[in-house]
Amino acid sequence: MSDLLRMRDVSLTYRTEEGDVPAVRDVNLDLDRGEILGLAGESGCGKSTVASTILRLQPPTARVTGEVLFEGEDVLTMRWGDLRALRWAGASIVFQGALHSLNPVRRVGDQIAEPIHLHDPDISDKKVEARVGELLEQVGLPAARARAYPHQLSGGQKQRIMIAMALACRPRLIVADEPTTALDVMVQAQVLHVLSGLVHELGVGMLMISHDLSVLADLCDRIVVMYGGRVVEQGPSKLVFGEALHPYAAALSAAFPRVGDPAARFAPSGLPGDPPDPADLPPGCSFAPRCPRAIDECTRALPELRSFGADRQAACIRVEQP
Amino acid sequence: MTGRLLEARKVSVEFVTRGGQVARALDGVDLEVGAGEIVALVGESGSGKTTVARTMLGLERPASGEVVFEGEPLNYSLRRLRELRRRVQMVLQDPAGALNPRQTVYESVAEGMRLHGIAAKDPQKRNEIELVAAAMASAGLRPPERLFLRYPHELSGGQRQRVLIAGALALGPELLIADEPVSSLDASIRGEILALLLKLRDELGLGVLVVTHDLGLAWNIADRIAVMYLGRVVEAGPTEEVLQAPQHPYTQALLSVVPEIEELRPVVLTGEIPDPTRIPGGCRFHPRCPAVADGSAAADGVEEACRTLPLEILPPDPRGHHVACHLAALRSTTGPRTGSIV
Repeated sequence: MSDLLRMRDVSLTYRTEEGDVPAVRDVNLDLDRGEILGLAGESGCGKSTVASTILRLQPPTARVTGEVLFEGEDVLTMRWGDLRALRWAGASIVFQGALHSLNPVRRVGDQIAEPIHLHDPDISDKKVEARVGELLEQVGLPAARARAYPHQLSGGQKQRIMIAMALACRPRLIVADEPTTALDVMVQAQVLHVLSGLVHELGVGMLMISHDLSVLADLCDRIVVMYGGRVVEQGPSKLVFGEALHPYAAALSAAFPRVGDPAARFAPSGLPGDPPDPADLPPGCSFAPRCPRAIDECTRALPELRSFGADRQAACIRVEQP
Repeated sequence: MTGRLLEARKVSVEFVTRGGQVARALDGVDLEVGAGEIVALVGESGSGKTTVARTMLGLERPASGEVVFEGEPLNYSLRRLRELRRRVQMVLQDPAGALNPRQTVYESVAEGMRLHGIAAKDPQKRNEIELVAAAMASAGLRPPERLFLRYPHELSGGQRQRVLIAGALALGPELLIADEPVSSLDASIRGEILALLLKLRDELGLGVLVVTHDLGLAWNIADRIAVMYLGRVVEAGPTEEVLQAPQHPYTQALLSVVPEIEELRPVVLTGEIPDPTRIPGGCRFHPRCPAVADGSAAADGVEEACRTLPLEILPPDPRGHHVACHLAALRSTTGPRTGSIV
């Protein structure tokens, strides 16, 4: 059986008046059914752009190379009709900022029903209503909430509606882009609980995008860390969070301290400087200007993504083979 | 006087909803912030933490209780409010939205100074440009002169947050109230801004009240922490005490869902904070309380009290740790409790 999603050497370049902006460079990802893959990084690192290529949602000014294989078929070259079938039914996205993505003047049940009607125009109203009720229960809301308007729901409930909508056409892959960023800790825990339960119950694959490595470590099987449009580290989530190889991944994991860790008390950990501008990337390793371990050699060439053991890779010349 | 610069004493704040119901957003909140200390006010959305911050700045008036500024109850005269709002500065969340996009960095930082006539009163006779530069340098924007004429869209998220902090520092405040100061920032920038708050505490002796839902942030920088639930402080004390030996089931649940704490079994509370127009009787947390749900409150014979008896926050133990919980009260009088989760 082929993997659910394989991305091979995917690069995406935005063409602007000032020249080409490489937003994503040579990204490789694999995701199976029943698996949660975390994609971590800061704003502008290219993680949402990577996700957009899965459904070919990138803007027309972008040039994409490489292959995005969904169940063996390349999304990038797929015929329009096949792509249409893929969106929602094959793969769906739970967008970030979902709290503002719902139409305020339509009942949430009708909004969940919309993709169902689109994919099966002949379906009876009764069946749709039953399906909407079932979806609401899957995300932990009573079926009667279908009649509510978005303003009658709390942030966590709206996020659950967005998840129900993404599940509406029984996709095999769900992309969750910062699904809990605007939510409180307790509501975040509730939503993550719903999402991980669905992956295991329904056997779907999930790509979860977040800047919070601690959330990903908790939920995902594997984590991919991006910086400046490239993958800088990937591996099993506990190792990437707990014993990161790449200095950037290490900094990202230290940014979310463990409560009770004496080393983090009165010692918040950050990185000086700002993330790189994709239009003006520094020479060599993009992270070198902010890297605590950088040496002259780092600025000379782009570091290769090297393997460290069977299931781990890092792109840093300072990391030694064990 | 040292210590208590700004206090809330038994503060209640009420809002009338459109339907004419009274929502009790704050219900008897006690909180104090002194010079040179960072206090974290934590809780979920709807717990009232932002209302506490607004009330302490005089933006909301308490229905009962009082805000005490330098030992004197705030009388809401224009003169006193003006003074309060110079010496206590608010740093807003979402720096992208809080800055005027058509104003340069210099203008944004200088605006508050002009309103309060700071340059004319400067003891060191510095002019406005020097004062703006000094405030920006304190906020870590160096060299300030090179950033004077930039617009917000030309700055990174971290720089924008520093501009907001510089605007606050320009007025020479003694206390900063920061509402979710890093929640909209990237992970690597977050630590830098928190380190700046610590530096301001240490070098300028500033007091800081940080409103946040992030317990990791509190562990990073706060000397003391107060946990709010539905308009009330339910647990407060030194950060080490509250976060490492939480007494209230709500604090315990909040801690258990912080992703990186692996040794705790996550207690995911169901539902959300109730509407403040319908505060449950007894302990306001009892409908969601895991100790009531799993029968441990009943086993200790306090379940009846949890359901019916409203409770005050308990006096502090010798380490300054307060809690408002019938079960914790019982256990503190009957010796060390068993079945502790930490």
